[in-house]
Amino acid sequence: MSKRRPYVRSMEGWWKKNPYFVEYMIHESTALFVAGYAFVLLVGLIRLGQGEAAWNGWLEAMQSPLSLIFHLVFLVAIAYHTYTWFKIMPITMPPIIVGGKRVGPGVITGSGLLAAVGVSLVMLVLVFWFGG
Amino acid sequence: MKSGLKRSNAPIFWSLFGAGGMLSALFGPALVFITGIAVPFGFLLPADAMSYPKMLAFAQNLIGKGFILAVIALFLWFAAHRIYHSLHEFGIHAGLAAKLICYGSAFVATVISVVVLLGLGF
Repeated sequence: MSKRRPYVRSMEGWWKKNPYFVEYMIHESTALFVAGYAFVLLVGLIRLGQGEAAWNGWLEAMQSPLSLIFHLVFLVAIAYHTYTWFKIMPITMPPIIVGGKRVGPGVITGSGLLAAVGVSLVMLVLVFWFGG
Repeated sequence: MKSGLKRSNAPIFWSLFGAGGMLSALFGPALVFITGIAVPFGFLLPADAMSYPKMLAFAQNLIGKGFILAVIALFLWFAAHRIYHSLHEFGIHAGLAAKLICYGSAFVATVISVVVLLGLGF
């Protein structure tokens, strides 16, 4: 190993200089909120496994104002993840050819967002019908 | 160079990332709304939709088990992969420790979920 310590240019805040990278950092950061929400669910699952009293304790925590604030933040962040996930999809997925023509980026993003809206509505209706 | 290239494990983590990213994009916002806002506060949806008997029945159903595991595990594998690869952009030199924390927590959460779901019975 060399004892020399060559100059390494600081990466501090490099992305703040370009709006494109600011957006990139924001949409990459949504993963933190996806993880946060998954941990809330994991705790819920563990509490469910510990019995009725434990589960009710978790439910009570979910009804606290702090939990509401957290979930409102989760909702905004994860909805933004949904938007960016499908917005980037035309670049991240292999090209789809339909009828000899490459499917355009607008169609891919649009279909993805439409699918997300469809899945959301189905879930809401299912909980509405079977949850009462 | 040694004979025979070492197979990369990247496709596995990338697949988990892709699956989790897709699942959270499709189901995430509505799930947060249902479990964190609508049901706990009785807003638009029935307040007892997440009562103990209902959730127990859901977690004992094979489809329910699969859904719960997929959501918790894949959300975390997705987040682990994305956070790990973002560390560099935030100026953190991601080493073995960062890798272990990111993927390790997703792995541990997956194992815990499987154990609890199996323990809840069928």
